[in-house]
Amino acid sequence: MNLTRRGLVAGGVSLATATSLMPLRAARADGGTVTIAYNVGLPAWDPTVGPSAVNPTIQAIYQSVFDQYIGQNPDLSFTGGLVEKWGWNDAATGIWMDVRAGAFWHDGSAVTPEDVVWSLTRAGDPKGGNPIQFIWGNLSNFKVNGQRVTADAKQYDPALFKWMAFLTGYVLPKAYFEKVGPEGFEKAPIGSGPYMVDAFERNAFLRLKANPKYWGGKPAIDTVVFKFVTDASARVAEIESGSSDVTLEIPYEEFDRLKKKAGLVGVTTPVSDIGMIFITNVDPAMLDANVRHAMVKSVDKKLLVDKLLRGYGVPIDTLEAPQYEAYDPSIKTPYDPTGAAKLLAASGYSKDKPVKFSIQTTRGFKPKDYEMIQAIVGMWRKVGIEASIEVYEIAKHYELRAGHKLDPAAFYNWGNAIGDPTTSTGFAMFGPQPNSAWKSKDVDALIGPLWGEKDEAKRIAGWKAVDKYVAENALVLPLLQYVQPIVHKKGLKVVPSVSGALLPSRFSRA
Amino acid sequence: MLARRILLRLLQSIPTLAGVAVLTFVLVRVVPGDPVAMMIPPGADDAAVARLYAMYGLDKTISQQFLIWAGQALGGNFGISITTRQAVTGLIFSRLPATLELVTVAAFVAVALGVAMAVIGTRFAGRAGEVVVDGITGFFLAVPDFLWGLAFIVVFGVLLPLLPISGRADPTQASGLSTEFTLIESFVRFRWGITTDVLAHMAMPAVALALPLAAMIARVLKSSLAEQMGQDYALLSRVKGFSRWHVILAEALRNAAIPTVSLTGVQVTFLVGGTVLIEKIFSYPGIGSLAIDAVINRDLPLIQGLILTFAVIFILINLALDLSYAALDPRLRHG
Repeated sequence: MNLTRRGLVAGGVSLATATSLMPLRAARADGGTVTIAYNVGLPAWDPTVGPSAVNPTIQAIYQSVFDQYIGQNPDLSFTGGLVEKWGWNDAATGIWMDVRAGAFWHDGSAVTPEDVVWSLTRAGDPKGGNPIQFIWGNLSNFKVNGQRVTADAKQYDPALFKWMAFLTGYVLPKAYFEKVGPEGFEKAPIGSGPYMVDAFERNAFLRLKANPKYWGGKPAIDTVVFKFVTDASARVAEIESGSSDVTLEIPYEEFDRLKKKAGLVGVTTPVSDIGMIFITNVDPAMLDANVRHAMVKSVDKKLLVDKLLRGYGVPIDTLEAPQYEAYDPSIKTPYDPTGAAKLLAASGYSKDKPVKFSIQTTRGFKPKDYEMIQAIVGMWRKVGIEASIEVYEIAKHYELRAGHKLDPAAFYNWGNAIGDPTTSTGFAMFGPQPNSAWKSKDVDALIGPLWGEKDEAKRIAGWKAVDKYVAENALVLPLLQYVQPIVHKKGLKVVPSVSGALLPSRFSRA
Repeated sequence: MLARRILLRLLQSIPTLAGVAVLTFVLVRVVPGDPVAMMIPPGADDAAVARLYAMYGLDKTISQQFLIWAGQALGGNFGISITTRQAVTGLIFSRLPATLELVTVAAFVAVALGVAMAVIGTRFAGRAGEVVVDGITGFFLAVPDFLWGLAFIVVFGVLLPLLPISGRADPTQASGLSTEFTLIESFVRFRWGITTDVLAHMAMPAVALALPLAAMIARVLKSSLAEQMGQDYALLSRVKGFSRWHVILAEALRNAAIPTVSLTGVQVTFLVGGTVLIEKIFSYPGIGSLAIDAVINRDLPLIQGLILTFAVIFILINLALDLSYAALDPRLRHG
């Protein structure tokens, strides 16, 4: 027994001694290595096919390895990507794009206009599996003349070039992809982006090496490791222990605590992601404008942001965040619980005889989502609205919304990394869209002409008018714009993006 | 005789697996939420949505989908994962070794710790030592494995910090190994640096998984040992002058082992299930974390493949258990 006990003690000490050096070695931001405790894994490499292609959180990884047709600055403005210049022809029946000369794939071969044509053709193929095919399928009859690519468009789409900086808007290497096939590409992906894949273990980590031949210049950080740490508390531990140099999307309480610690820096930025409550016009109660207005007026959004999100959020009155193109600060839906009670009284409702309906929400999918809905239900109760909460998974939300079967009210977050009104108010409120919850001909009549509006100023003014109409009729309940918390070690400079993409190519040593 | 028995048990498992396959296939398709709904982007029209459903074969009836899947599965093709676009079989086989190594280490720790606690508790029966052991086992049982995991992260990952918090190996180092059995291969190939690294990454999740099981083993084994220590042969040994330690370790332990082996086997199957949460907490790339991702993303082919994999593991563990009974108890071995 003595031997056993001694053995146990000796074994424990040996293990502790042997392993104690490991995290310290990993913790050092030695040379040019930066480790990011990242909040999602990378399921697949092809950024143009399948569910990953439309997952906004993964785009930072894709944008590190692949180039988009058109690039985007941290403030959502657009800049040259592999396409340097672009535009519609004078008749707005087709497009032209000047492909960047001097860009190279990670295997050393040159990026050519043919790569751009092949990528767009593949993206527009109905059988190709690109979830955004309905955008790319607009283009056909591609022609190459030097570095210039032209194509015909079935219809004018004012947001087409913005999509080239958005989901699935990536240029892939034609020759390499055709040589290795989709499976080979998944095993050994190459792009033309600032980083090259060095090692990848699914659901564990991704190691990237700086691309010395990147057309935008070699990134400041030589090696970047994305550790896929999907649990928020583990990400907090990663940065706190020094095992990682950067992390993001952690609880705001932890963010406030960590940013005060020596050696750590906290940065925040409002991102292109808003919290909102869909109102679905399937329940008779929702057809009563007084009820809808009361729902909107009785919610104190500032209180929600201050108390639940510790101030990390921006209250909003429309589906346009301040950084979006059609943002109109003059549209206001002020907090007015007294007015809400009066409206409900006009419809025969009171605290004693409340209007009743259900509201759906996720729990833990977004920061304080369930708590926020609990608070809102409490605010509603004070004016004569009794809402029962149903918690559901996000997968169920998508299915119900596509089938127009959401409850009368449903919490959701809506991202719009290109800031265009079509991809916020447009798709959220246009009835024929499977993504809309409020479906009505009056709104559709306002939105319809804007899809193909060629006069940009008129188009934006039109969308502002739609937002005003939606607010005046309380057809949706916008709540807040989310703020992304990032914590990193001192000595590192991290530039956050309004799009929410944490791009290591924008990291540098402070 | 043994081969025939194994063959018989494997044949008996076929209807079980078929039942699991049918049940899983139907259940994952009738619960709300489907993979296509999750990837409908803003701006998609009904035609685009219909195209996606058709592309993944979800526009057919459940029975049609099942027949297609079953036909392919019989040929060894369990489909393509919707989210990763990799073959389900390859994906599972690439992740299974990590979980098997984790479960094996956890089981080893649980057995070692459980047996040690049981033996100490028996040795000091009726004295303060037994009270301490009972207290420890009660505490180990009361705290679930994922809470142990979180506590370990705080203590050994952040406060001290001694152990790495996430992953299976240091991502800044190239392993150069040829299989996914990293621990075994690095050990066999004398790559001690990698072995130490993998063990360091495995320490917290494995011990978190092991503690509740260790407590169960300790309680059952201690109870069996107490019974054995009251038997005539044990009393005789004591009368002959053998020490309590000797009687427990050399004579009573083997006889007390059978109910413990039975319990351990059953609990190891739960240990495999427990990896789902633990792997998530520690970002450990095994089939447990793969299962969580598959469920969140409604990756139907992958969910199907993973549940069948879990079923096969349970069947094999039970088979191993039956065989171990025979090894431990001569009465079973000789009919």
